[in-house]
Amino acid sequence: MEQLLSLLIGVLVAASVYLMLARNLLRFLFGLILLSNAANLTIFVAGRLTPGAPPLIPDGVDAPVSEVANALPQALVLTAIVIGFGLFAFALVLAFRAYQSLGTLHTDEMRVAEPKEQK
Amino acid sequence: MSWFLSLPLIIPFLTAIAAYLLRHSASGKWVSVAGSALGLVASIALMAIVLDKGVVAAQMGQWAAPFGITLVADLLSAVMVLITAITGFAVAIYAMGDVTEAQERLGYHGLFQVLLAGVTGAFLTGDLFNLYVWFEVMLIASFGLLVLMGGKEQLDGGVKYVALNLISTIFFLTGIGLLYGLTGTLNFADLALKVEEIENQGLLTVVAMMFMVAFGVKAAVFPLFFWLPAAYHTPSFSVSAIFAGLLTKVGVYALIRCFTLVFDHDIAFTHTILLWVACLTMVVGVLGAAAQSDFRKILSFHIISQIGYMILGLALMTPLAIVGAVFYLVHHIIVKANLFLIAGVAKRLTGGTEVYQIGGLYKYAPFLGVLFLVPAFSLAGFPPLSGFWAKYIIVKATLDIEMWFVAFIALAVGLMTIYSMTKIWAEAFWKNHPDGIEPRMEKLSNKWAQLLPIAGLAVLTVFIGMNPEPFVQFAERSAAQLLDPSDYITAVLGDAQ
Repeated sequence: MEQLLSLLIGVLVAASVYLMLARNLLRFLFGLILLSNAANLTIFVAGRLTPGAPPLIPDGVDAPVSEVANALPQALVLTAIVIGFGLFAFALVLAFRAYQSLGTLHTDEMRVAEPKEQK
Repeated sequence: MSWFLSLPLIIPFLTAIAAYLLRHSASGKWVSVAGSALGLVASIALMAIVLDKGVVAAQMGQWAAPFGITLVADLLSAVMVLITAITGFAVAIYAMGDVTEAQERLGYHGLFQVLLAGVTGAFLTGDLFNLYVWFEVMLIASFGLLVLMGGKEQLDGGVKYVALNLISTIFFLTGIGLLYGLTGTLNFADLALKVEEIENQGLLTVVAMMFMVAFGVKAAVFPLFFWLPAAYHTPSFSVSAIFAGLLTKVGVYALIRCFTLVFDHDIAFTHTILLWVACLTMVVGVLGAAAQSDFRKILSFHIISQIGYMILGLALMTPLAIVGAVFYLVHHIIVKANLFLIAGVAKRLTGGTEVYQIGGLYKYAPFLGVLFLVPAFSLAGFPPLSGFWAKYIIVKATLDIEMWFVAFIALAVGLMTIYSMTKIWAEAFWKNHPDGIEPRMEKLSNKWAQLLPIAGLAVLTVFIGMNPEPFVQFAERSAAQLLDPSDYITAVLGDAQ
C-alpha cells in the first residue's frame, strides 16, 4: 500500500510540475492544488498506514488495547486541506480579478508591476 | 504566569474583530491604534517576565507537551514579539494619515491586526505544525492587504506574491510530514531531542533542505526572492512598511529557530549552504538596488541584501555571529519599516516615487531630510547608528574565524548600500523638483500622524546606536539560549527529560 501511494504522490508531483511550468496562470493554479494534495498524501503516508484499525478505545479502558491507526496525521491533513482550500479559493478569485483588469493570464505578459526597461 | 503568553495573540485578534465591526465608522482607526498600544504593553510585560524568569512555556488546553500545542517565549521570541508590537503601533498611527476611507470600509484595520497576530503567533509557537498555521494566518492577511483596492499594478504584483508564497507553503507542509514520519513528534523541544536518535541522518538532511527552501522563500534569500521586488512597491505605504519590516523577518526567525534547535546534526553541510546563500543574497540584493530608480524598489532590494547579513550570522554558528544575527534582526525591522514610511511622505509631498522625477525635499522639508538620513545611514552602517554595531558584530565574527573573503563581501555590500542611499538623497532630496513643485510639509494632511511614528522609530535607531551595550548584552544572552537549548527544552517538556 505504501509503495502504491508513493507512486501516486510521484505522479501527482510530476503532473503538477508540468502544469506549473506552463505560462498560463490558470494551469499554474491547477498545478498548485495538485501539489498541495500530493503534500497532504505525503503527511498521510509518513504517519504510517494501519488499515482496518480505527483508533477506538473500548468501554472501561483508558488506552487502546491493540495497535490502532495514528489519528494525528489525519488531523494534520484535515487542517492542511481546509487551509489549502481557503487559500486556493482566494488565489482563483485573484486570478479572475487579474484577468478582468489586465486582460491576460499569460505570465509573460503580466509585467505591469515590473515593466521592461525602455531603451 | 504562563497564561500571559497568549495575551499578545488575543489582543490583536479581539482588536481585529472590533475594527472590522467598526469599519464604516471613523473610530475604526482609533480602535486599531488602541489595540496596538495594548499589544505593546502586553509584549513589554512579556519581555519583563522572560528577562526575569528565563524561558517561559504554556501548554494550550492543558494538553501536556509534546502532545498539545505549546506556546513558548525565550529571549529571541520575546524580543521579536516586542519589536512586532512597536512596529505595529507605529504603522497603526501612520495608517491614520495614509489609509483611505475606501480601504477602511473594506476592512483594512481588521486585516492589519490579523497580520500582527499571525506574525506574533509565529514567534511564540513551540510547535512546527502550529507554525505552519500561523504562517497561513499571516499569509492570508497579507494577501488581503496587498490587493485591497488594488489597481493593475497591485494585482500583478499580488499574483506573483501569492503564487511563490503558496509554493513555499507546500514545501513547508511536505517537510512537516516527512519530519513527523521520521520522529513522531512536531514539538520543537521534543524534536531537538528526537532527531539525535534517528538512524537515517541522511534523510534528516533532506528534510532540513526542504525547510531551508520553505523558509528561504519567506525570508527572500537568493535565489528564491523574486516575489519580493515584484510586490513590495505596489500596495499603500503603511502596508509595504509593515511587510518590509516584519514578513521576511519571520522567515529569518524560522530559519534561526530550526537551524539552531532542530537541524544542527550536520552543520558542515547545511550551514555551508547557508553561508553561500548569505553571500549571494547580500551581493545580488545590493546590485539589484543599484539598478533601480524607484524609491520603494530600491528599498525592496535592500531588504534582500540585509537579509543576507542575518543569514550570514546564522551560517557561521559561532556565539558572536548569532549575537550579530539577533542584533541585526532587531535593528533592521525598525530601520526598514521607517524607510518605507518616509517613502510614503516623500510621495505625498512630491507626487511620485520615481527618484529621477521628484526632488526638492531638502530645500522645502529639511526636517524630513534629517529623518531620512537617520535610518538610511543606519542601514548603510554609519557610526554611531544601530546599523554600525550590527554590521560590526557580524564582520568581527567573520574575521574571528579568518573568513577574509566573506568579511570583504559584507563590507563591500555596506559600501554599495551607501551608493543607493546617496542616489535617493541626491535625486529626491537634494536636487530641485523637475516640475518646479515645492514639497512643503504644510501640504500634508494629518501631518503628525505621519511624522510622529517616523520620528519615534528614528529616535529608537539613534538610541540603540548610542547605547549599544545593553542591547548587545541582551543579544549575547539570547544567542547563548539559542546555542545551548537545554533551558528551552526544560521549559517546554518539564524536568522529566
